Amino acid sequence: MIFTIAWREFRSLFLSPLAWAMLAVLQLILGILFFYILIVVYGPNQDKYALVEGWPGATLIIVPNYLTLAGFLLLLMVPLMTMRLVAEERRSKTITLLFSAPVSMTEIVLGKYLGVMIFLLLVLVLVALMPLSLLVGGRIDLGVVFTGLFGLMLTLASFAAVGLFISTLTQHPAVAAIASFGALLCFWLVDVSTQGTGLIAYLSLFNHYQPFLQGVFDTADAAYHLLLIVTLLVLSVRRLDADRMGIA
Amino acid sequence: MSTEILVEVEHLARDYGERRVLRDIHFTLRRGEVLGFLGPNGAGKTTTMQILSGNLAPSEGRVRIAGHDLLDEPRAAKSALGYLAETPPLYRDLTVDEYLDYCAALNRIPRREQKPAREAAKRKCGLEEVGGRLIANLSKGYQQRVGIAQAIIHLPSLVILDEPTVALDPIQIREIRALIRELGRDHSVILSTHILPEVQTICDRVLIIHDGELVLDESIGHLDRHLKTASLTVAFRTPPAMSELERLTGVTAVQPDRDGRLRILHDTDRNPTDELVRIAAERGWGLTEIRPGRLSLEQLFVEFTADRAPPP
Repeated sequence: MIFTIAWREFRSLFLSPLAWAMLAVLQLILGILFFYILIVVYGPNQDKYALVEGWPGATLIIVPNYLTLAGFLLLLMVPLMTMRLVAEERRSKTITLLFSAPVSMTEIVLGKYLGVMIFLLLVLVLVALMPLSLLVGGRIDLGVVFTGLFGLMLTLASFAAVGLFISTLTQHPAVAAIASFGALLCFWLVDVSTQGTGLIAYLSLFNHYQPFLQGVFDTADAAYHLLLIVTLLVLSVRRLDADRMGIA
Repeated sequence: MSTEILVEVEHLARDYGERRVLRDIHFTLRRGEVLGFLGPNGAGKTTTMQILSGNLAPSEGRVRIAGHDLLDEPRAAKSALGYLAETPPLYRDLTVDEYLDYCAALNRIPRREQKPAREAAKRKCGLEEVGGRLIANLSKGYQQRVGIAQAIIHLPSLVILDEPTVALDPIQIREIRALIRELGRDHSVILSTHILPEVQTICDRVLIIHDGELVLDESIGHLDRHLKTASLTVAFRTPPAMSELERLTGVTAVQPDRDGRLRILHDTDRNPTDELVRIAAERGWGLTEIRPGRLSLEQLFVEFTADRAPPP
């Protein structure tokens, strides 16, 4: 049942030009950024780096920069993908189809979440193509690349959970998009003022993305994302239930 | 129609904030029965249907469908029902076939049986020709049929239709009505509508709800019990003075009707037909026509809803 709903969500994304446009724009901008990092940041200093004793290698210069920018770019785009999940169904009153079918609220929420995640995995593959293209001309540290991509996947999963929850709060997709965007940006920037220490810094999504980019897999970071996702999905289920109770 | 009780609604109430919009609604529905649900706008029809379909939780009371409580065993109860809301829940960017396949899957029809189920629903609703078309491009009447197809694809015992003929043209209304009558053979149907003749032609039973309360629950055959007055339509070759007719026992009023006919209103328990025929023969009025006035549901509806205070 979850897969039925997920598959429809995934397919409906591609029935509108929005997903196609997003993938195209994303790929273009990622291409430009990657090119910039490679040619402008790394290229001219290549010789200097080579002289440094025990320098970490090209991968650790290129990939973290690239994935940081990719993460930020996706922070802008994921809300556009999640805004319609529930808000649109509510606005066009198609939600009654799900509510009167023998399907639980949990199945609805998980189905919708999974649908978006399938799409985001596709995005992840596109993101991965660029660092992997370096393999054509040389050797890269695949460990760093894949840890980074794994971190990006967890981060995207958190973004999607935030977007899904906010989409259950309103019946206007545009409101859902702008609110999710705001929430994610807050999550991301929350530690700017604290210089990376204390509780507030701990809450920052960014601080739980960075270690992955350095090739460090810390279970605490993974747990942070999983907790965030589970919490928001549970809240979404409760929100849909409350909807039925009419506690608007 | 069997005697098996399919739907049991007990003491249903619903509040929106401080305002109680439904009060103590209770009725039962037998398998194969077509129930007409009437009421003025804002009386609580749609709210009741949303509760019955699981879209809204009741503040009090309970609903059992096919023996399953809608809140305690939602999956079993919802498997037995199909619901068409006022606005059909259609995904406009899907084709009719894709949409119905999705609905079939949502209703847990096993994969192998999905295609036959979809084809059967399309056949019943006259959608064979449009299977490959986008729902967005269909006319309103066809969209409504897709909505009905969605509600019956899993052959539920109970079909709930909220104003299925609203905004359709007269021909489409006739078609949908025929379809509903057809549904009544295999399914129980709860139908809400404003169009009273519709109820008289399709339904077995009528519920009238007014201001959140159930004011009438009666089978179509016994509606006249609730009328305070009945009528006769008569025509004479040489009509007598109206005052002479008014003197007959039980007659409350005489009104001129179309084509020189007269309409005689009388108490329901004192029918003046025998006396009228006798006197007309004695006095040579030349009675050419006499028939009982057709019971109008409209009359009943007005009687039950007008004399009460309108909702604030």
